[in-house]
Amino acid sequence: CPNQRLCAAGAAPDPAEAAELRARLRSVKHTVLVLSGKGGVGKSTFSALLARGLAARDDTQVALLDIDICGPSVPRMMGLEGEQVHQSGSGWSPVYVEENLGVMSVGFLLSSPDDAVIWRGPKKNGLIKQFLRDVDWGEVDYLIIDTPPGTSDEHLSIVQYLSAAHVDGAVIITTPQEVSLQDVRKEINFCRKVKLPIIGVVENMSGFICPKCKNESQIFPPTTGGAEKMCQNLNISLLGKVPLDPQIGKSCDKGQSFLAEVPESPATLSYRSIIQRIQEYCELQHSQEEKII
Amino acid sequence: MESLTTDHNELPRVRYTRSLPTPVPPADSVIRSNLAGVRHVLLVLSGKGGVGKSTVATELALALRLAGKRVGILDVDLCGPSIPRMLRVQDSAVHQCNSGWVPVFAHQDKSISLMSIGFLLEKPDDAVVWRGPKKNALIKQFVSDVAWGDLDFLIVDTPPGTSDEHISTVEALRPHKPLAAILVTTPQAVSVADVRRELTFCKKTGLRVLGIVENMSGFVCPHCSECTNIFSKGGGEELAKHAGVPFLGSVPLDPQLSQSLEDGRDFIQEFPKSSAFPALAHIAQQILDGTPRSS
Ligand SMILES: Nc1ncnc2c1ncn2[C@@H]1O[C@H](COP(=O)(O)OP(=O)(O)OP(=O)(O)O)[C@@H](O)[C@H]1O
Ligand SMILES: Nc1ncnc2c1ncn2[C@@H]1O[C@H](COP(=O)(O)OP(=O)(O)OP(=O)(O)O)[C@@H](O)[C@H]1O
Ligand SMILES: [Mg+2]
Ligand SMILES: [Mg+2]
Ligand SMILES: [Zn+2]
Ligand SMILES: [Zn+2]
Repeated sequence: CPNQRLCAAGAAPDPAEAAELRARLRSVKHTVLVLSGKGGVGKSTFSALLARGLAARDDTQVALLDIDICGPSVPRMMGLEGEQVHQSGSGWSPVYVEENLGVMSVGFLLSSPDDAVIWRGPKKNGLIKQFLRDVDWGEVDYLIIDTPPGTSDEHLSIVQYLSAAHVDGAVIITTPQEVSLQDVRKEINFCRKVKLPIIGVVENMSGFICPKCKNESQIFPPTTGGAEKMCQNLNISLLGKVPLDPQIGKSCDKGQSFLAEVPESPATLSYRSIIQRIQEYCELQHSQEEKII
Repeated sequence: MESLTTDHNELPRVRYTRSLPTPVPPADSVIRSNLAGVRHVLLVLSGKGGVGKSTVATELALALRLAGKRVGILDVDLCGPSIPRMLRVQDSAVHQCNSGWVPVFAHQDKSISLMSIGFLLEKPDDAVVWRGPKKNALIKQFVSDVAWGDLDFLIVDTPPGTSDEHISTVEALRPHKPLAAILVTTPQAVSVADVRRELTFCKKTGLRVLGIVENMSGFVCPHCSECTNIFSKGGGEELAKHAGVPFLGSVPLDPQLSQSLEDGRDFIQEFPKSSAFPALAHIAQQILDGTPRSS
C-alpha cells in the first residue's frame, strides 16, 4: 500500500491541521524520539540526561517533551515537580529548567500527586497533538521526546503528527536480558514499519560493580548476547552501554543532573559519549539534507 | 469518571498473522460459563514500567501452584508480552475447542494455564501496532472465549499505566467476578509516584487492593555480601503506610531470579535458598490467607 505509513497511523491529520503542525514545528531543527518496547529500562532517565547534556552548551536551545501520559516521570527527574503550565498569547509556555532548556509534560497539568490520568487512546492522542501544536517552544535546536513503552496510540500518534516535520530518528533503550530484548525487537520492527530512522541502541543497566569489592554482577544477564548481539543481527548501531549506578536513581529522585553530580563516573562518561554520537548523527544528517536542497 | 464508560466502537475484526479459528461471538451465558469455574481473579498492576509485574505474576503462579492451587495467567500486555518466555512456552500455540480457546498449559506437569497474545503472533518479533479499540476487542475476547476450566486463581498480568488495557480488563472481568489487585513498585520516588496514581485508578474502579510489593529492593553482592540499594529502599513500604493498604513485602534484586526468568525455569522449586525466595513465598502465603477458601 503506497500510504502504508498513514494507514498504519490511522486517519491522516486533515490538511489545515497538518499545516498548523508544520508551522509550529518549523522552528525545530532536530527531533529525537526515545523509545523502547520494554518498561523501566531507563527511557525517561536517558531523555532527561540527553536534554541536559545537549543544553550544557549555552548556544544550544533544547526542548524536552514527555508523551508518557499515564506515567510522566520527566517533571520529577528535571526537578520541576509541582510546576504548572502557563498560557500565553502564542500558546502554552514550557516550564524552563534553564533559559535554554524547556520542558512539557502532562505532569504540569495535574493538580495533585494522586491524580491518575485514566484515559483511553483518543484522549491521549488529543493531548499529544495539543503538545505539538500549542506549545510555544520558540526556536529550538533539539526536541527530545520521551515515550511510554510499547507500540500503541502514543507511538502511532507522535509519528503521525511529526510527519509534518523533520525527524532525525529514534534512540532505542534496552537492558541486557532477553526478556527486555524480545520487546525491543518489536519496537525496532515498529520503527521500520513506520519508516522512522533508528539512530542507535543504548544498553542500560549493563552490569553492576560492587562499590566495596569491585566485582561485577550481571543482575540483568545478557543471556542471548545482550544489545551487542541484537544490534549485529539487525544491523543497527550500538551507541554504548551504561552500567547500573545507584547514584543515577538518587539524582533522578532529587531532580538533579547525574552528569553534573558525578562527572567522572563510568556511567557519566558513557552517557556523554552516547550524547556526543547522537549529536554528530543529527548534525551530519542535517548537513546532508542541506546539500540535497 | 466519564473516561471509564464502555467503548462503543464496533468490534474490529482482530487480524492475527497466524491463522486462528475465529470463535463464534459468545452469548453472555457462555462468558459466564467460561469464568464460572474461576474462584479468584488477581490483577497485577503498576503505574511504572519494568518494576516486576510479570515477574511477580509468574512467581506467584508458581508458588500458588506449589501450594496445590489450580492457577491460570491471563497476559493482557499486548505490545510486550513476557509471560510465555518466563514460563518457557514461547513456541506454543492456542487451540480451539467447543467452549472457545484452549489456553496453553505451562510447567512440566502442565499445571498452569496461560493465555497471551504471544501465542497468536506468526513471528515472535512481530510488533503489535494497535490502537485502543483493537486492544480492547482482543481483551474482551480473552475474557469471554478462553476455556479456563476450574481455577482457584486467575492472575492477570498487565502493562504499565491506567489506559485502554486496564479499563477494558476491569470492565470485562468485573461483571463476572470480584476483582482484587496487587500493586508492584520499585523503591525509588520516580516509581512510587506512578504507583500512587495506580492506587487512584484502583479506588476509582472499585478494585480491592490486596497490597503493595516493593521489588528490586536492595542487592546483596554475592562476592562480599555488601548490600547496595541500587534503586533505593523503603519507598514501597512507605507508600503502603501512607495509602493505608497492606504491605506484602520487599523482594531484593536477585540475579538467580532474573536468570531463571530468562531460562523459563521454576525459581520457586529450584532456588529455595536464594535471596528473593523468602519474600516471594511470603507474598504468596498472604494471598492465600487474604482470599477466602470458598466463594
Ligand atoms: N543505569 C542505571 N543505574 C541505576 N539506576 C538507573 C539506571 N538507569 C535508570 N535507572 C533508574 O531506573 C528507574 C527506571 O528508569 P526510567 O524511569 O528512566 O525508565 P523508563 O524506561 O522511562 O520507565 P517507564 O517504562 O516506566 O517509562 C529510575 O528510577 C531510574 O532512575
Ligand atoms: N527481584 C528481582 N531481581 C532480579 N531481577 C528482577 C527482579 N524482579 C524483576 N527482575 C527482572 O527485571 C526485569 C523486569 O521485570 P518484569 O519484566 O517482570 O517487569 P514488568 O513490570 O512486567 O515490566 P513491563 O512494564 O515492561 O511489563 C525482568 O528481566 C526480570 O527478570
Ligand atoms: Mg519513562
Ligand atoms: Mg510485564
Ligand atoms: Zn494501506
Ligand atoms: Zn562486593
